[in-house]
Amino acid sequence: MKELILCKYGEIVLKGLNRGGFENELMKNVRRRIKPLGKFNLRSGQSTLYIEPLEDGIDMDEVFERASKVYGITKLCRAIGTEKNLDAIFEVVCERFGEALENARSFKVAAKRSDKNFYLTSPELSAQLGGMILSKFHHLKVDLFEPEVTVVCEIRDEGAFVHDIAVDGAGGIPVGTSGNGLLLLSGGIDSPVAGCMMAKRGVIVSAVHFEAPPYTSERALMKVERLAEKMSEFCGRITFYTVPFTKIQEEIRNNCPEEYFTLIMRRQMMRIAQRLAEKNGLQALITGESLGQVASQTMAAMVTTDAVCEIPVFRPCIGLDKKEIIDISYKLGTFDISIEPYEDCCTVFTPRHPKTKPQLKDVEEAEAMFDFEPLISEAVENTRVKNIKSY
Amino acid sequence: MIYLDNAATTPPCREAIDASVFAMNEAFGNPSSLHGLGIQAEKLIDFSKEALARALGGVSKEIVFTSGATESNNLAIFGLAENYGRRKKRVVTTAVEHPSVAEAFKKLSALGYEVVAVKPDQNGEITADALVSAVDKNTCLVSAMYVNNETGYILPVESAFSRIKKQYPDCMTHCDFVQGFLKLPVKVKSLCADAVSVSGHKVHAPKGVGALWIKSGVRVAPATFGGGQQNGLRSGTEAVPAIYAFGKAVEAFSGNIAQRLERAALVKKYAVERLSEAGLVINSKENASPYIISAALVGIKSETLLHFLEAEKIYVSSGSACSKGKKSAVLTAFGLADAVADSTVRISLGFDTEKNDIDSLAEALERASKSLVKSDRGR
Repeated sequence: MKELILCKYGEIVLKGLNRGGFENELMKNVRRRIKPLGKFNLRSGQSTLYIEPLEDGIDMDEVFERASKVYGITKLCRAIGTEKNLDAIFEVVCERFGEALENARSFKVAAKRSDKNFYLTSPELSAQLGGMILSKFHHLKVDLFEPEVTVVCEIRDEGAFVHDIAVDGAGGIPVGTSGNGLLLLSGGIDSPVAGCMMAKRGVIVSAVHFEAPPYTSERALMKVERLAEKMSEFCGRITFYTVPFTKIQEEIRNNCPEEYFTLIMRRQMMRIAQRLAEKNGLQALITGESLGQVASQTMAAMVTTDAVCEIPVFRPCIGLDKKEIIDISYKLGTFDISIEPYEDCCTVFTPRHPKTKPQLKDVEEAEAMFDFEPLISEAVENTRVKNIKSY
Repeated sequence: MIYLDNAATTPPCREAIDASVFAMNEAFGNPSSLHGLGIQAEKLIDFSKEALARALGGVSKEIVFTSGATESNNLAIFGLAENYGRRKKRVVTTAVEHPSVAEAFKKLSALGYEVVAVKPDQNGEITADALVSAVDKNTCLVSAMYVNNETGYILPVESAFSRIKKQYPDCMTHCDFVQGFLKLPVKVKSLCADAVSVSGHKVHAPKGVGALWIKSGVRVAPATFGGGQQNGLRSGTEAVPAIYAFGKAVEAFSGNIAQRLERAALVKKYAVERLSEAGLVINSKENASPYIISAALVGIKSETLLHFLEAEKIYVSSGSACSKGKKSAVLTAFGLADAVADSTVRISLGFDTEKNDIDSLAEALERASKSLVKSDRGR
């Protein structure tokens, strides 16, 4: 009797002829995350990924935790596999649920027969197994609506599996099936959420951070790297670019009208990000903007920042309220890191009264007061790269 | 390197380093053991108790060693409130305390005590009158710091505590003396305190050791339970190397307090002149502790200035713990405008800080003022 983890596919099963590719990516992603924990056999069958440990002493709690963060899996459960006959199944049920059943007042059996050659139908199997349980635990009552214990039994092609109710996985589709994107990662709450939302739709996420020492500290950078590390539990390995941005910010402050500081800064960031994307074969930019959240995130402001971009800019948080974004960041575990209080490049010089409805030509005029091109090239030139992953 | 962050921590002195190495090499026994090795370790602790008691003006059995001033403050506040606050549920403190006191009072409030935090008046002063009038017959505990850690402001603890003790002899008094210890010539007797907290690493001992002086006869309830070490007040095997180092550091610096103070006052006077010339606003009052200077280069955020100075190998502290949204409650309580509080740095002198260190600082500040871009925004 062996414990293994069953991961149920979500959308992947709808992918028709491409399905194989999606399954392969998913399997690769899972393998990469759990490889450091020991030896496993991973196999796919009947819309399920089986994670079977090949060694003793593997921390299956941790394996489960990691698998629950892999995009492409909707449900997962820890199951015990056995032969497809009632006695063997009952034995496993007693072992796995004995204590719980002892202490419960009501239960139900939920049987699922994916192997249509099995001699009992699902309702028949539920009834028979339920009867066997009742004959051993006399105090129990069957309650199909609010049972204290639910015993799930699946009859699959390769055997019978007993487990409790499956928990929700991360959902989405496997990272690596939807192209590459470059996330502008500031250190706030929104950008990590945006990155993970795109990863959930299969995008391989790289991240770019703008640092402005001495206005921002080494700790601010360390914080953003920790954010990326946390994100990588969901997104997989992240290529992390750090752009030196001090000179550009100082020149904006020295040469441009105050109400346009943030907009001009964002335009320079977009320009630099776009060049990094082109240089590294990334297809799109990703930002954490949410419409109307701050002055630089009004539609008029985004029109002026998008004007410098030739590649698509994805803003998955655009229609979310702050509360909704925070809820996601809690789930991702990035919230507590995001709220650490260090200056970031966006808060260094903020105008008193920023323009909320800027005209593109006014911004372009304001920006033209200084030739930023040499500084942009220099910043791209001096960008540092490293790989970040949590495990 | 010019180290001007001595209120945050100090480098361990030679005496302390040697003492801790000695304790680890030669006296590794458990001070509670009955055999000779244990006794040897116990003697080192006794030495340190003596040294602390002498420096504070008490007797050695009144000293309890802790892991630092945070633990000392917690032990005193909760331990006194527990034993003396059964029927009297009012406790008094100030609005400018270190978090290890402020947070402890927050907890007391959650436990059902009525907490009164005396705020500075419009001149940024906490008067003895204000402290005394906050106390009533239902008050079981007053805790006030001697020197404020962010501005150097000296609170009138002696006059307040002595008047409180006259009016309400049953009210317990605790003083957080961390920034005054071995810097100001103050003894526990004149403080009229029942408990006094001090820290090791602010006086050139290693981190991880502090002490609480508890007046004989005053009962403090313990917070840790176990083997009953230190009269049952602080169970757990004593950290002999750190404690011995603490004792040696205290011995090294407990003489000449007045002379050092005089010297520091001169350096501070010079620093105030130079910093003012460099365009800084000085927040610290003239009669504050000379070891702490709170100043602001308005328009440049503390964190930015700190990193700029760091690049020149000059180490200071940002006056407010952080700037992004979270302002220093203490600086605000002292009545500093937001724009000033946002730009405040803390320059804290060591015993060896010279005028030419101040010259280097002032020159760096002038460069900062020129090269850093100022935000004229009063956030």
